[in-house]
Amino acid sequence: MDYSQFLAMKQEIGLLVVFLLVFLYDLFAPRYAVAGSDKKAVKGISTITVVLFALYTVYGFFCTVGDAQLVFGGMYSTTPVVATIKNILNVGVLIVLIQSMQWNASEPQIMRRAEFYELMLITLFGMYLMISARHFLLFVIGLEAASLPLAAMVAFDKNKYESHEAAVKYILTALFSSAIFMLGLSFVYGLTGTLYFDKIAEASVEGSGMLIVAMAFVMAGIGFKLSLVPFHLWTADVYQGAPTSVTSYLSVISKGATAFAFMVVMVQVFGQFYSAAWEWMLYGLIILTITVGNLFAIRQRNMKRFLAFSSVSQAGYIMLGVIGANDMSLAAMMFYILVYIFSNLAAFGVIQSIENKTGLVGMDSYRGLSKTNPRLAFAMMLAMFSLAGIPPFAGFFSKFFIFTGALNVGTTAMYVLVLIALINTIVSLYYYLLVVKAMYISDEECEIATFKSKCSERLALVITVGGIILLGIVSVVYNSLLVLTENPV
Amino acid sequence: MLDLLNNFQLNSLMFLIPSLFMFCCGVYGFLTRRNMIAMLISLELMLNSVDMNFVVFNRFLCPGEMEGMFFTLFAIAIAAAETAVAIAIIINAYRIAKDIDVKDLTKMKF
Repeated sequence: MDYSQFLAMKQEIGLLVVFLLVFLYDLFAPRYAVAGSDKKAVKGISTITVVLFALYTVYGFFCTVGDAQLVFGGMYSTTPVVATIKNILNVGVLIVLIQSMQWNASEPQIMRRAEFYELMLITLFGMYLMISARHFLLFVIGLEAASLPLAAMVAFDKNKYESHEAAVKYILTALFSSAIFMLGLSFVYGLTGTLYFDKIAEASVEGSGMLIVAMAFVMAGIGFKLSLVPFHLWTADVYQGAPTSVTSYLSVISKGATAFAFMVVMVQVFGQFYSAAWEWMLYGLIILTITVGNLFAIRQRNMKRFLAFSSVSQAGYIMLGVIGANDMSLAAMMFYILVYIFSNLAAFGVIQSIENKTGLVGMDSYRGLSKTNPRLAFAMMLAMFSLAGIPPFAGFFSKFFIFTGALNVGTTAMYVLVLIALINTIVSLYYYLLVVKAMYISDEECEIATFKSKCSERLALVITVGGIILLGIVSVVYNSLLVLTENPV
Repeated sequence: MLDLLNNFQLNSLMFLIPSLFMFCCGVYGFLTRRNMIAMLISLELMLNSVDMNFVVFNRFLCPGEMEGMFFTLFAIAIAAAETAVAIAIIINAYRIAKDIDVKDLTKMKF
């Protein structure tokens, strides 16, 4: 065996090193007794994890992958585009880690925060495998490694009933969807006799009805993880019940990674003869996802549930990049995911710092927030503007590029789809502005007293707000993504 | 009778139909059972029928390779891991809700 193949997996190995260091530190580090309980906690693991992961993120940007490489018998592939997607995910995970520091320092959490970090890193590893896989075995392993520890993370708030309800709903639907997904895979295997992506594409014949059925099963299985609409019913409950750090991780990182893996599967495996079939299926799914997500978001009064439905409709916008299936829409999709990471994490950062302080997550308690906590209200407003797509902020440009990418296909159907998406953007403006209205215009006395948020929370908010403002103005980011996708080598 | 046994040929449909039946039983059980352990058993049934599909396709359609068998081995391990996590979560839910009926887990809705 040629061991130099492992050099293609620089990012995976780097992440594994971070994970092992955190794990070893957790095993051997000094412990101290937590005040008011007989349990002991590890010292300084949050800082260690964040610093190690920040170093690794920087390393990720500098480690050159070089040309497209296909190693381990064609099972694993890495290209500059794939490496960039992983770097984008790293940035998101770093922000989530910083945001979760304060929650992890709270009383019942401090004893088991090391496990939280370890689980989070291992899910990220699973997502890496899922993105890089060129064989369905590796893909399934990555998918499960990404979703099983997440179920444990959803159940992390041991004393809260909602957390357990959410975890039960999550694990049962995740298992059901992976069973459906694997049934589809077994049909694909029976029809083509192989599980390699490229060989399936070669072996698949035109117009096989059975393969379309198999493809529909595969789409449904991944659609569950992406929470596209007919498969979205778990989303709101899980997002509401899970600890807020896990919710932000689920809504941003998990969704971004799965969206990219979905695109790889659809384009590489079924792209040759079946693109017409899956594009029409996805066409329907996108319209449903954007519309239903928006309509349900309007009536939500819980911030986490509200953002859950908003993230359902955002998944529909991300899928516009998949249906376009050209260089530009790939770049637009990567940019959309990057901007979505910053905007959504800014919103979750505000929610989390308020929840850590007061325990309130209702939209009604945000009334008049601008008077008591003007900076938090400002960050929330920017996040909402960016999610809705109001011009000077990054969200506008990401929506603009993803619509342009879809329009580049040039068919009438695509114009209709983009028109529907545009109308839905206006609907979404209504409910995003409801939050802004509650914070700024409502002149009731605010339930949330003025408080000083912690250093880590502030750092995360500065990073995300900076991202929202800068990504819209600095065109270098999008241009470099576009150059990357035009020259795949 | 002996003649019939001698001419007996294994056919992939003999395995695929039971496997599909198993999968449908799993889906039916998952949708109708209200006990979480029973739902988990139904899920296992679905996953096992998928494994059977892989083995049958490998044995009858491409006997020269072992890809389907290997997939099955990994799928069994994954299913075991899934069950372990699910059982742990169900036990925790039982501790806090004192029941494992999904009808009781309806605090968050709509």
